[in-house]
Amino acid sequence: MAKVLVVTSGKGGVGKTTSTAALGAALAQMGEKVVVVDFDVGLRNLDLVMGAERRVVFDLINVVQGVAKLSQALIRDKRLENLWLLPASQTRDKDALTEEGVGNIIAELRTRFDWILCDSPAGIERGATLAMRYADEAVVVTNPEVSSVRDSDRIIGMLDSKTVRAEKGERVEKHVLITRYDSGRAARGEMLSIDDILEILATPLLGIIPESQDVLLASNVGSPVTLNNAASAPARAYVDATRRLMGETVPMVVPVERKGLMDRLLGRRAA
Amino acid sequence: MHGTREQTRQLVRMRGRSYVAFVFSPVVPIQGWLEEIDAMLARSPGFFIGKPVVLDLSAVELSQSAIAHLVASLEQRDIRILGIEGVDASHLTTSMPPLLTGGRPTVLVQNEPKKPEAAARPKPNSLLLESPVRSGQSIVFTDGDVTVLGSVGSGAEIVAGGSIHIYGALRGRAMAGVNGNSAARIFCQKIEAELLAIDGYYQTAEDIDVNVRNRAAQAWLDGDTMKITPLN
Repeated sequence: MAKVLVVTSGKGGVGKTTSTAALGAALAQMGEKVVVVDFDVGLRNLDLVMGAERRVVFDLINVVQGVAKLSQALIRDKRLENLWLLPASQTRDKDALTEEGVGNIIAELRTRFDWILCDSPAGIERGATLAMRYADEAVVVTNPEVSSVRDSDRIIGMLDSKTVRAEKGERVEKHVLITRYDSGRAARGEMLSIDDILEILATPLLGIIPESQDVLLASNVGSPVTLNNAASAPARAYVDATRRLMGETVPMVVPVERKGLMDRLLGRRAA
Repeated sequence: MHGTREQTRQLVRMRGRSYVAFVFSPVVPIQGWLEEIDAMLARSPGFFIGKPVVLDLSAVELSQSAIAHLVASLEQRDIRILGIEGVDASHLTTSMPPLLTGGRPTVLVQNEPKKPEAAARPKPNSLLLESPVRSGQSIVFTDGDVTVLGSVGSGAEIVAGGSIHIYGALRGRAMAGVNGNSAARIFCQKIEAELLAIDGYYQTAEDIDVNVRNRAAQAWLDGDTMKITPLN
């Protein structure tokens, strides 16, 4: 049965789009039929991270307004044949989204895909609430810092009250994904520890993605981290997180950069 | 009853008592007015059953036979006439309902039976929340105590008429005794609150003694000052 998963955070710049692309690609590599949907109308990014920005013809808003059919707006990934993208519009704003229109699109996507990953915009306004509206599961992306954690707490509260599932008295299954985690800085007490974050959010942990230059590198070349360099620390962490999403039990380890001897001698830090 | 009356003489007691009755004021044409009554009965059959009805004939001039006919028509509809007013006594025969005078207008109070559910269930005087209160959520319960099984996040707030009990960390705001209940208290397993208030007296995070921070604690009012003391 199709699952609708929203990737959300409240705060901007924590890694929602990167995580959506990485999880989507990893799910597709495991043989699942996946579509990633960009809900950041007006400030779309997912097309860039997926490397599909030059193939966008129609977008989410065109489908909501009935200008285009869903099949015309879906873009198939060039590397993975069961990975698709539904881009957002860059010229419109989030008011162009309607609850009914989004509901119809999600219902149609459910018939075609195994996983529908909704990349939520930052904030708690219309775009973010509509991205989570029809979700069955949620990945709450959090950085190890107080402002991000508090925003995530707020978003978790909204997932428990503003979604269709919550209004029916059902639960949206929630996971916390900690990104940009620097074990060195955490050890020195410069970041919130994993335990602190989980204690505040009281939500199960999906994975810990280490801070890494590979993430920036991958998004610059328009490729999900998991595809660009599968051996990199963040890629391995995303694959572990994806396997947990699929219901596997994977021991929680924080992948570290494999540093060469020269890196160690020069004390080069990953970030 | 009959037996006792034959044996001893009893005093006849009489008292005055007033009753509330429906007053019908027929208008001409009587036939049209009766149709209106029929329409009303179709909407709520049995509305007049067992209810006292008085005919006020002051707006119409009816002959003796017309009055008799009207009373009979109403009786056909199961409406029994208690009395007639607004007509000269000479128009009435002994078989008709008696003439009434001195009626005063009154407001009819709808005496609907109260919903048994509302009567049976007393208003709850405590609120139990079984999940954490997240940032941005505001729980307002002015009728009594609030109990939270879980933490209260930074940026969340709880407003209670009574005491607040938090089985978890309090990182947000807690306002107890908002209805002027100075005996209300705030209890939590870990105090990292942004603001504590009881009956209008408050302390912000800055005012809270570092020695009690991160510990299980209670806040209470000692006269005009708020005290925060560790539990156990």
